[in-house]
This record gives sequence, C-alpha cells and structure tokens, in this order.
Amino acid sequence: MNKPNDLAGLVLDPVTADQRYIGESEPRHSAKRLLEGQGTYVDDLQFPRMGHVVYWRSPVAHMRILQIHTAAARNMPGVLAVVDGVQMATICKPWVATLSHLAGMKSAPQHALAIERACWQGEPVVAVVADTRAQAEDALQLIEVEWEELPAVVSMLTALDPETPLIHPELGDNLCFSRTLDVGQVDAQFATAEIVAEATFGFGRHTGVTLEPRCQIADYNRGDGRLTVYHSQQAPHMMQDLYCRQFGLAESDVHVICKDVGGSFGIKVHAYPDDFATVGLAILLGRPIKFVADRLESFTSDIHAREHQVKGRIAVNKQGDILAFEIDDLTAIGPYSMFPRTSAIEGNQVVNLVGGPYKHQHYRAQLKVVFQNKTPTCQYRGVGHPIACAVTEGLVDLAAEKLQMDPLAFRQRNVIPDDAYPCSGASGIKLEILSHEQCLRTIEKMMNYTELRQEQAALRKKGIYRGIGFAALIELTNPSAAFYGVGGARIASQDGATARLDPSGVVSIMVGVGEQGQGTEGIYAQIAADAVGVPITDVRIITGDTAVTPYGGGTWASRGAGIGGEAVLLAAQALQENILRLAGAILQRDTAELQVRRSQIIDKATGQAVLPFSEIGRIGYFRTDTLPNDFKVDLMVTRHYAQRDYPFIFTNGVQASYVEVDIDTGFVTLLKHWAVEDCGRVLNPMLVDEQVRGAIVQGIGGVLYEECLYDDSGLLRNGNMADYLVPMANEMPDIEVAHVQTPTASSQLGAKGAGEAGTAGAPAAVMNAINDALMPFNVKVFEQPITSEKILRALGKI
Amino acid sequence: MKAAAFDYIKAQSIPEVLALMREHGDDARLIAGGQTLLATLNMRLSEPQLVIDITELAELKGIELSGEYLWVGALVTHTEIENAPLIKKYAPILQAAAPHIAHRAIRNLGTWGGSLVYGDPAAEWPACSIAVNATMVVRGLQGERRIPACNFFVDLYTTALAPDEILMGTEIPLANAKDVFSFQELARRHGDYAVAGLAAVAKKTGQALSDCNFVFFSVATTPVAAVQAQNLVNGQAVNAELITAAVAAARAEIETMEDITNSAAAKSHLVGVLLERALKKMLAD
Amino acid sequence: MNPKIPLDMIVNGNRVQAQIEPRRHLVDFLREDLGLKGPHLGCEQGACGACTVRVDGQIVRGCLYLAVQANGKVVDTVEGLTAQGALTELQDAFMRRNAMQCGFCSSGMLLSAAELIEQQPQATREQVREWISGNYCRCTGYHSIVDAIMDVLEA
Repeated sequence: MNKPNDLAGLVLDPVTADQRYIGESEPRHSAKRLLEGQGTYVDDLQFPRMGHVVYWRSPVAHMRILQIHTAAARNMPGVLAVVDGVQMATICKPWVATLSHLAGMKSAPQHALAIERACWQGEPVVAVVADTRAQAEDALQLIEVEWEELPAVVSMLTALDPETPLIHPELGDNLCFSRTLDVGQVDAQFATAEIVAEATFGFGRHTGVTLEPRCQIADYNRGDGRLTVYHSQQAPHMMQDLYCRQFGLAESDVHVICKDVGGSFGIKVHAYPDDFATVGLAILLGRPIKFVADRLESFTSDIHAREHQVKGRIAVNKQGDILAFEIDDLTAIGPYSMFPRTSAIEGNQVVNLVGGPYKHQHYRAQLKVVFQNKTPTCQYRGVGHPIACAVTEGLVDLAAEKLQMDPLAFRQRNVIPDDAYPCSGASGIKLEILSHEQCLRTIEKMMNYTELRQEQAALRKKGIYRGIGFAALIELTNPSAAFYGVGGARIASQDGATARLDPSGVVSIMVGVGEQGQGTEGIYAQIAADAVGVPITDVRIITGDTAVTPYGGGTWASRGAGIGGEAVLLAAQALQENILRLAGAILQRDTAELQVRRSQIIDKATGQAVLPFSEIGRIGYFRTDTLPNDFKVDLMVTRHYAQRDYPFIFTNGVQASYVEVDIDTGFVTLLKHWAVEDCGRVLNPMLVDEQVRGAIVQGIGGVLYEECLYDDSGLLRNGNMADYLVPMANEMPDIEVAHVQTPTASSQLGAKGAGEAGTAGAPAAVMNAINDALMPFNVKVFEQPITSEKILRALGKI
Repeated sequence: MKAAAFDYIKAQSIPEVLALMREHGDDARLIAGGQTLLATLNMRLSEPQLVIDITELAELKGIELSGEYLWVGALVTHTEIENAPLIKKYAPILQAAAPHIAHRAIRNLGTWGGSLVYGDPAAEWPACSIAVNATMVVRGLQGERRIPACNFFVDLYTTALAPDEILMGTEIPLANAKDVFSFQELARRHGDYAVAGLAAVAKKTGQALSDCNFVFFSVATTPVAAVQAQNLVNGQAVNAELITAAVAAARAEIETMEDITNSAAAKSHLVGVLLERALKKMLAD
Repeated sequence: MNPKIPLDMIVNGNRVQAQIEPRRHLVDFLREDLGLKGPHLGCEQGACGACTVRVDGQIVRGCLYLAVQANGKVVDTVEGLTAQGALTELQDAFMRRNAMQCGFCSSGMLLSAAELIEQQPQATREQVREWISGNYCRCTGYHSIVDAIMDVLEA
C-alpha cells in the first residue's frame, strides 16, 4: 500500500513567510477538468476552413524518389492540395542538426518533405490535404510514387565497415559523432587490479509512445502574415524560433500555443519534418491545417532512442575499492541527426555519466554514434542515463560478486561520501552536493534488506528464485546554457515568469515553462501563492503561449521545478514588494511597518489587517488619482532566472527491485520496487512521487518490454500497439518512494529536478535483480529488453 | 487510421445474411462484436464494400441447456461466458479462460463465434472448443451441418467454414463430476496474445486420467492437440515418469512456429512446461 | 455509393438523430459531430483504452464500434456521467491521490474503474490492476490510480 513519504531528517527552512503550500501535497486544482472530459488537447480544436493533412511516407528504408504522380489523388472528394518536397522547399529551408560544441559532429541537410531520396521507413515525402482525415487517407491511397530501392544500412555493428554503403557519400562515412575521454591511468589500474570484471551490455531501440500522438494545427493568416501554431509540444519558444528561421518569418509574426499536452517525455521537444511541412502547408494554402499522427505513423515517425551496445569493464582492488571504469559505446541513430537538439547528446551523456555515483579517479570512454536507415533518434526521458546507469550498476554487481561482497555494502563503500562536496566526478562532471550515503541507508531500511535476503535464501531452497537488484544513480537537472546554447542552438536555458495582481486581488502568473501532466502548473501555483501571499485558489497559472509568457526554454532536462520555479518565486516576491510599496503609498505609512498575509496588508506590530488585496487592485488600476504624483504603480512584474553556478545541478538517488524469475518459463514477475530520491527541496511530495513512479515504469518498459524490432531490410516489424509492448497495470509492482532533501544553493527555492531519475535507475535495478535471481545458475543476461526467450537461452533450456 | 468507405446493412434474418454473402462473396464481411474486424478496417488492412451486421439474429444468441449439450450461440459475448452460471457448471474451462481474453471493454462486445471463425491460433476459444469436444453448427444455403471442433481449424486464420456458411453456435458436451481441467496462458502482459497456452481437459478416476484433450494455442498455425501425449496418458495412473514421457511426446509431436520475439525452440520448451503443470494440477484437483 | 445510415440514439441523456457514413467509428462521431471531446483517440486499434465509452451500460472501445451500431442504444461519455454525478467519488479519489497527470487516459480509466466498482465491489488490489490493464497510462506508474480505485472500493 501507499506509504507516507519519509521526509524525516533534514527539515528545510521555509522559502517564504507564512509558507502554506510549498512542500505540501497540494492537489492540482487546475487538473480537475481533465477528469471531467473538459481538457483541450490539440485534436479537440476545430477551426473554420480547417484542412487535415496525411503524409505519404516512405515504405522502405532507403529509396531514390523518381517520380511522384498526384493527379488521381487531387481529384478525390474533399482534397484541397497535394504538395511534394520540391514545392515545400520553395518556402521551407533545409536544416542540418549539429552542435558546435560536439567537436567533429556531422550530419546531412534534411528537408521537411524528402526530395531525391527518402532515408528511413516513415520519412514524409508527399502531403495530402483534405476536408477530413478520412478523405485525405482515401486520396493518399492514390498517390503513386515511383522509386528505386537503395541499399539500407541497418546494422550498427557494421555501419563503419568499408563495405557498408554510405548513407550520405558527401559526409565520407556513416559516423555522426565520436568522442574519447581518458582520465587518469586506466591501463595501469586494470593491469594491477586484483579484481576485473567485464561485460557487454545491449539496449534495444525503443520509443516514447505518448498516449496523445504528436499533433499540431498551423494557421497562416494572409491578411497580416501571421503564423499561429497550436502544438502539442514542450518548448513553444524554441518552435517559434525555428518556424521563423526555416520560413523566413519575423519572430513577432509567429505565435506558438500549447494547450493541454497528452504526455511528452521528450518525444515532443524535437522539431519534426512533418511539423515544418504542416506549417508550410498552412502558409501555402492560407488556412488552418491540422496534423495528428495516427498510431501507426507514430511508430515510424516519432523519435526513437537508446539503441546502444556498450562494452564495459571495472577494476577493483581486493579491499573492495573501485579503481577504474572503462567503456566503449556504440550507438545507432537515424540517417539524419535530429533537429535541433541533435542525436549525439544521448551518447555524449553516456560518456559523462558512467560511474557517476562513485569516487574512482580513472576512467576511459569511447563513443561512436553511427547513422542508420531507421527512424531518427533523439532525447527521450532519461537521455543516456538509463544506459550509463545500467552499465555502471551491472559492472558494480559483477565486481561485488567476484569480491564476494554484499552488493549494497560494496556500493556503500564506494559512493562519493556525503561530505566530499563540491567535487568533480571522474568524467569531469561538476557535482554541487549529493547524498548517496544517506540514500543508501534509507533504502536499506525501507526495504528491510536483511529480512529480504533471508526470504530470498529460504525460497531458493524451495526452488523459488527471487532476486534483489540495486541501482545508484545521478541525474543531471537544472541545466545552464552549457547544454545547448553553447553549441549554437537557440534553446533558452534561462526562464521567465510574470506575476500580476489583477484588480479583484487575485494573481495571474505567466511562465515560460509549460505543463504536460507532471504538475508544473500546480507547483507554480504553490510557489506563487506562498510568495505573493494569497490562497492557492486565487492563483491562475498561464503557460505555453509565446505571445503571453516571458521568453523561456520549456520543459526538458528536468528544469521545470528548479528553473521555472525559481523564476516564479522571483517574480512573485517582486510582486509582493510592489504590493507592499503601493500599500504604503495608499496608507501613507512606512512599508517597514507593513506585511503581507493571506490577501491582506497587515500591521506588522499588531497583526491587524489594514488593507485587502482587492483594494490594492482597485486603487492601483482605477484610482491612481488618489496616489502621490511621483508614485509608480507596478502590479505586473517579470523576472528571469538562469542557473549559472554549475553546468548542471546533479541529483542522486538509489532504487531497488525485487523480482521472481520462473526458471521454467523465463517469465519475470516484478514483486516490488523502491526508490529514494534526492531532488533537493521537494515542492510537492505527491506530485514528485508519481513522477518518480511514472518514470520508473517507463524504465521498466525498456528493460522488460519495449523494443522497436527491425528486419534486415530496415523495416519496422512491430510498429503497432499489439506488437510493441508498453507497460500496463497488471505487471507493474507497487513502488515505494522516499526522499532525502539536500537543497541546491544555486537558487532560493533549492529545488532540483526529478522527472527523469526514475527512468535512469529502473532498468539497472531490474536487470540486476534478474541476474541476482539467476545467481545459483551462474548465468547473466545483459541484453535489454530482457525477455523470457533470453532468460531461457541463458539457462540453457533452449 | 480511418477505415475506407463501405456500405452497411443490419441483417434481420439468417436467409438474408446467406443471400447477401452469396451475392457479395469476398466483398462483404460479417460484423458481430467487431473487435477484430474494426481494427483491421481502421488500419485499411481490409477494405470490404459491404459490412453485414448480424447482431440482431436471435438464433445466434443464448447459452442454453439443450438435452445432452450446452448450446453456446455464436453471438454470445466473452463477458457473458465469463459470468454465466451454466458455463461454470457445464464448461468450466471456458470461464477460467475468459478473463485472459484481451480486456473487459473488448470482452463486452467480442463474441464466441467471432473468435472461432477468425481462427487465430493465438486465441483462447479455438483451443478451448477443441478441449471441450465442441461441435460447430454451421448453416449455409445448402442447409445445416455439424463440424467437430477438432476438424474446424484448418490453417492459419482458416476454418472449415465454407465461404457461404455462417456459424450458428456450438454444442458442448456437459462436464460432470469426473471432469478436471487446467487452463494456462503465458503472456508477457495480461490480455495479450499468448506466448504459449494450454487448454487441458480430462476425466479423472482415482489417479488416472482419460478422455484427455491437451490443446495448445499460440505455438503453431492452428490450435494443436498433443495427440501422442494424450494417448500416452489416457487410462494411466499419473506419476512422475508418465509426466516426463508425456512432456517428451508433446514436445516431439508439435511442430512449433516462432513469433516476433519467441523462437520455435522456446515454444517447444514451453509446451512441455505447460503440460507438466497441467497434469500436476489435474491430478491434485 | 455508400449511402448514409440514419442514427437515432441517446447520448448523455439527449436524443441524437443523424445520417452518417457507416465507416465512422463511434468516438469520431461523438467528438466531431457532437463536440464531445472527453473520449480520446490513442491508437484506433483497441489497445490503449483512451476511447472507452459506455454503451447500454457497459464499457466498450469506442474506436472498435461503428457509430451506426449505436443506433437505438444509450451512449454515455465522461461528460455525461460527470453531469449525472456517476463518477464523483472516483473523480474525487483521483484528485486526492494524483491519479492523473496529462489526463489523456483519464476518461477511459474512469469509465473502466466505474464498471469494476459495479461488477466487482470486493476487488482486491491485484484484481484492480488486472481490470485496468486494458487502459494505457504513460505518465503515472499506475500505483496512484490503483490507490484511488481502492479508496472508492473500500469506502
């Protein structure tokens, strides 16, 4: 059952006076409508003269486009237009997705609709626009494309072999990016270490499967040259910038609006060719155009992620100290790096994050990111963390086994101590302050570790094989501009919030970071209510509108709470100051004698309420004639915040998984999962806990269920909801979450991010648990997803 | 994914359905629960010109005791089977199997007959119908005929139903006090098509089983009975040796077929595991 | 050529009459013709449950049900059931337990849960998980949804 959160230990100082909401499990008042069928998702919107677009997408992995015949399609009922890549290119520029700080990275130019060649199954080639989606699909069947099939590069292991054809001959090879990191004396450490363990870890390509598919409505008004895009997206300002530059529009003429978003997880933070094509159609046709990816096209057009093979090894001395890690990571992306955040980031993060929790000094890593004729890949919840954590924690368990040391004790010995901060990790990452030791102690208690081991031993004697697996992890959150801005991408790492007192005394907050279900608007309301001094029901949060909110970065890299939240805090504090100043002017009193409390100005000395916010608003907006001549009323203030102390504010946590493996069938039952997470100040335990749980379940998807299975010709074999397996309720365990709170000093709020840690650690914990269950048989499985087939093979049953 | 256009007619009688089927042949599809058909249509994997709705036909409905048999009409839904006291009493393996079929919302519409005539080797009802020795009652323009379930499933998605015939329902011999059964389905997620499944029914006298039906699903192109294993077990006291022999026989006789994530070898292995577990369970009941 | 079929049914307590193309599934008809945006489309192959609506008192996948099949039937969506107060306890429990995040699965999840409470009022936690395993949620870990449903079952 759901246990109350264990927030005992460090009790944090409040951020505001009279803090009522920050830190509490306040329900999301603005989410009730979602339970009543009153949400507004993009597909719910209907506009006059709106057309629907479907895309003819390449049915093969690699083709030369010879001729496109559209006449028959054009004549079908309801068809408004049929547009190909050549026409689209007259208004939409191609792009190349590289970042200058990833030295040597290369990719080829890509168009919104493919011209000359289509390079993956699912790449959009022709757009068919009709009055209804059904009519567009009817016409789509009459589009005839003559093509010549080209050889497809579908194996990452051979992508760089001389015999393998080049996807883009002008690039010289199929290598997008490579990197080597060599710290300390790795070879010497491995040569002298008493214990060396190694393994090759495999990770299956998988994808996000947001329940609401990608969708947008683009509308171009020929009268004023203004583009409006309703987009199910995480970063509206980024899309505004991209639409400007790809279409040659002025920034002030592009308006991007995010309404309710039905799940995103990174899938909806990228700029897709069909995004640009839909906008292009709106411009060409001068009318609203709706694009909703259906589920089949989602599987081949949403970004994929996490296709890696990592060879790793760990060196340990006989006392049990980890001396060194070494990895060689090969990862496969699509034929183009994905725009604008690039497909090299995931591999780059693997290099940065392997070994993260531990205090070793020696580390070497090699990374190769290779092109494939498969769906393009890019950042998806966790971005490299699940890979790095599984490799690290898998090697740690192997070493512990060789040492015959308990795996929890081995970790306790080797994590960076809680008093060692600030410090750097071996890969060069800068760590402000973490709490590995405290988290390990907490999880040991939470899961009754000793009893669990006893239970495991007793059941083993009866032929029941259960396993316990751990995953210590770090997660990067609250990024500075060192992430994208430094590489030339116009992606904001700062964010802004505007706080306004409305005439009746309620508060509106406009924020550059948006809501996709994680509860961002809820925590902003909590912060604003406490910092301005009003009840939370008097706070309205507005997000996701480039014409209304301050310029910001949106949702990615777990920055919403820490960065967006700090901007809200600063703006709300500034608003409270201005309210006090105005109160002073109205009351003709020194502001030092006054205080805000719960929508009232009170006399600090007596505690007496002397002026309600409704009066502040009335006078401030309608009766400035009653104020001193030189007094400036400013009941709407904007503040921006950027995290500038560190490249990232890292968080840490530890997870444990308890599983049972049926050694006759190879089936795995997840009995229980625990997570201790230190994300700094917890703004709302209830929201964070379910974020952690959802993230864990997403990680479980990767380790047990999800894989995009390709055949030898580069065709996706399981691109539908029956054959691509996402986690459903029956197989998921109860997940207990506890927190340690070590605030960051980089902000007043002290909040770090929490959205991705669950996904980072779950695959490692479950993989380690399965291998622990299989310990009596001396077999290990390191290929994810771990299926019954793989377990039966490892056990020699087939 | 919007279906291609089609005409729709709600049939009022069996002769009307048969006449329409004769007239339109392959251009028409029958819709009962529609849980398989409509997914196919939405994905444009099939584009019939006419959809004939048969859900009004009273003769295809109902679960009734009829002399020596339990009649289960083709239009009986999975949920109705899941809940019916007559099923619990006279064909209990069906009630054990029903919760494994997809999910509740699908079971509320999907039908016994629809599953049987679709002939998906991964489905539960085809294997269960063989396990309970059901007889399919089919009607065409030539009249009515009866086909034993063990002869009904001919090939992948292919039954013995002629193109102009409709399944009326099934006659199922009544289970009695001697009947024991075991229904197992190994699926990666509840409600998915099985990796491997076994519908096992037998009569038990003391420690011996007879009239054994061990019908595997999701391992081959049709549901498949492990006939050699059945013959080995029939009339014998079930002990460890018999189980080992039966398992070996079943693995040897069934030619398994791989699916997207499970090899034929894995399926063969699972055949044996399921049979052993079924025998132990039926022995213990 | 593909004549439209007349429809006469009750939707959320109101009589609805229409002439529609038979190929349209119930959820498209509800969303586009009647403006009821509560039921959502997540897959159109009956796998995700986002389209769950109630027909003659039972839950169905609205994407695997032709609108014309609803002729003469009583259809309820989350909007209608909310107005009737039929989901209030569940909705309150979902709010208290934070059993929704993006909300896209919620309509289907609530309708499925409502049928469980009616059909299996003694359901255990495991049975709840089994019952809702036809409703895909990508945001929560299902844990809070199970908690919310158990709250109502145990009340």
